[in-house]
Amino acid sequence: MVSKDNALNSGKPGGALVAAEAAFTRGLYVAAILVVVLLTAILVTLLIGSRESLGTIGLGFLYGKTWDPVSSEFGALPFLVGTLLTSFLALGISLPFSIAIAVFLGEYFREGALSSFLRSAIDLLAGIPSVIYGFWGLFVLVPLVRSLQLKIGVPPFGVGIFTSSLVLSIMIVPYSAALGREVIQLVPSDLKEAALSMGATRSEVIWKVVLPYARSGIFAGVLLSLGRALGETMAVTMVIGNSNFLPKGIFSPASTMASLIANEFAEATEPLYVSSLVEIGLLLFIVTTLVNIIGRHVIKKTTVEV
Amino acid sequence: MKLSYYVFLAAVIVLLIAGSLQAGDKELLGAGATFPYPLYSKMFDAYHKQYNVKVNYQAIGSGGGIKQVKSRTVDFGGTDAFMSDKDLKDLANPILHVPVCLGAVVVTYSLPGGPVLNFTPGVLADIYLGKIEKWNDERLAEINPGIDLPDMTIIVVHRSDGSGTTFIFSDYLSKISAEWEKEVGRGKSLNWPAGLGAKGNPGVAGLVKQLPGSIGYVELIYSLQNKMPVGLIRNKAGNYIQPSMEGVSLAARIDLPEDTRVSITDTDAEMGYPISGFTWLIFYQEQNYGGRALDQAESLISLVWWAIHDGQGFAEPLHYVPLPESAVKKAENIVRSVVYDGERVLSE
Repeated sequence: MVSKDNALNSGKPGGALVAAEAAFTRGLYVAAILVVVLLTAILVTLLIGSRESLGTIGLGFLYGKTWDPVSSEFGALPFLVGTLLTSFLALGISLPFSIAIAVFLGEYFREGALSSFLRSAIDLLAGIPSVIYGFWGLFVLVPLVRSLQLKIGVPPFGVGIFTSSLVLSIMIVPYSAALGREVIQLVPSDLKEAALSMGATRSEVIWKVVLPYARSGIFAGVLLSLGRALGETMAVTMVIGNSNFLPKGIFSPASTMASLIANEFAEATEPLYVSSLVEIGLLLFIVTTLVNIIGRHVIKKTTVEV
Repeated sequence: MKLSYYVFLAAVIVLLIAGSLQAGDKELLGAGATFPYPLYSKMFDAYHKQYNVKVNYQAIGSGGGIKQVKSRTVDFGGTDAFMSDKDLKDLANPILHVPVCLGAVVVTYSLPGGPVLNFTPGVLADIYLGKIEKWNDERLAEINPGIDLPDMTIIVVHRSDGSGTTFIFSDYLSKISAEWEKEVGRGKSLNWPAGLGAKGNPGVAGLVKQLPGSIGYVELIYSLQNKMPVGLIRNKAGNYIQPSMEGVSLAARIDLPEDTRVSITDTDAEMGYPISGFTWLIFYQEQNYGGRALDQAESLISLVWWAIHDGQGFAEPLHYVPLPESAVKKAENIVRSVVYDGERVLSE
């Protein structure tokens, strides 16, 4: 609605205003469509790039256990397993910490110097380049994990799935903690007050009111951090041990899909080899999309109707 | 005030553009191997100062260099692994290889006390095949008398990224061990039967330092610059050779084929270090392709000629091994064979 005595636009005729409004709307549409176009373009590019390996190797690519560039034998199973194992293990390690931080900042210290200091510390954690996490993991975590391995009698590699999960868990804490804090702060205070007035203690309020109410938001944060863990490349490459075998346990060296691409793409020349690496990228794309779709479904199911 | 600011800005921009397009500056584009990059950047910088020809070399890896030459987006490529006969067979316009310097791969390890160890080819292959698992294995003890080897697990470390270093190392192991050749083979990326992978020379060195009992392989230059403990390797003549620039240079003093596409691992040279190889510049023999001008071809050939002569002086201070005289002779013949429209580019 355009009003004639609109103080902001008093100089412009009504027609120009309508045109500007339409142009603005068009701009928004274009931006929105562009996202879809880009996503489709990436998928199409990956499909075209992996055409050769899709045709030559077919479904065997998914369950093949050997990755041998010399004899042109390519199977993605070790990397699929490596990616899922490191990511979900990292998620498991980080979850208690990120929820604790979210509750602490969303319920106990909402304001004040300590709260804002902690919040910026967590934001900073998210901003550190992953190669620095990798270095830190290599110089600090690897010797620690190694001495643990010597104690429990497994081969003392130091690097491996467990070490990369540890590094990843620290990297993803900020994502789930920040979103968790936001949704915990959004829990209506009348709900909490009602629980308190019925004699619930503070921790009871958190366990029985706040967390159930905020769970879909917390889960959304977890999903975001899982996405980050699945695709993380540099830090993982530095501490996972880059072995192309199916991992035998959480201490064995492995590779993830992202680390394999980062390691081998630059020097790959054979067409089938390049194409197989692109197909690994396609697989990573599909896995990430699947995790997101499942996640969305869970978020819908867990949203509390008020 | 505002106007003078804009005038100033415009003047700066004009100066910058003028500076980058200095009159008479030609430009050559190259891409490829990362291993000789420090040497190339030093050499090309000196060449630019002397001859006003700017050389832009992108260190994107040997495989990338070959790809770029084939797609004709660069004037020359750099590679640590020569193109195979199969790769060259289908080319209408042959690609030439000119060696520029030599590199070697050394075996480094982390053991308490840092002893200097001897390795025979067979022991090295079996360690990397995962068949020798302990440092106090009797086959290691036998060739290292007087050294108290610890009862530790050997942790094998290899490159995780595709690399010319891996190619030289696996080429050597393929030559000396039939089992290696059959099970693993040679290549820039392998299906390693044992151990851990780390990215780049610094990655391998870092992991070896972090893990007591580990063994890895890195570029000779890298070990010299970082003063790492290295193993002596027994060569074909039966001598244990300490990796050094001289040992590598000796390894290349063999009868080279005319196109210099040769692996010099497991050299016949009596005191030659057995795990070494050339790094090459590659370009087309017929320079009149894709609408290239004659003077672009002449610039390229002058650069390559300079690199195998005056440019060699830059190698040693940077710990690269310069070409032995015999290799320079062969390289000269190759550069002379370059033509433009069938006419030789180099007249001398």
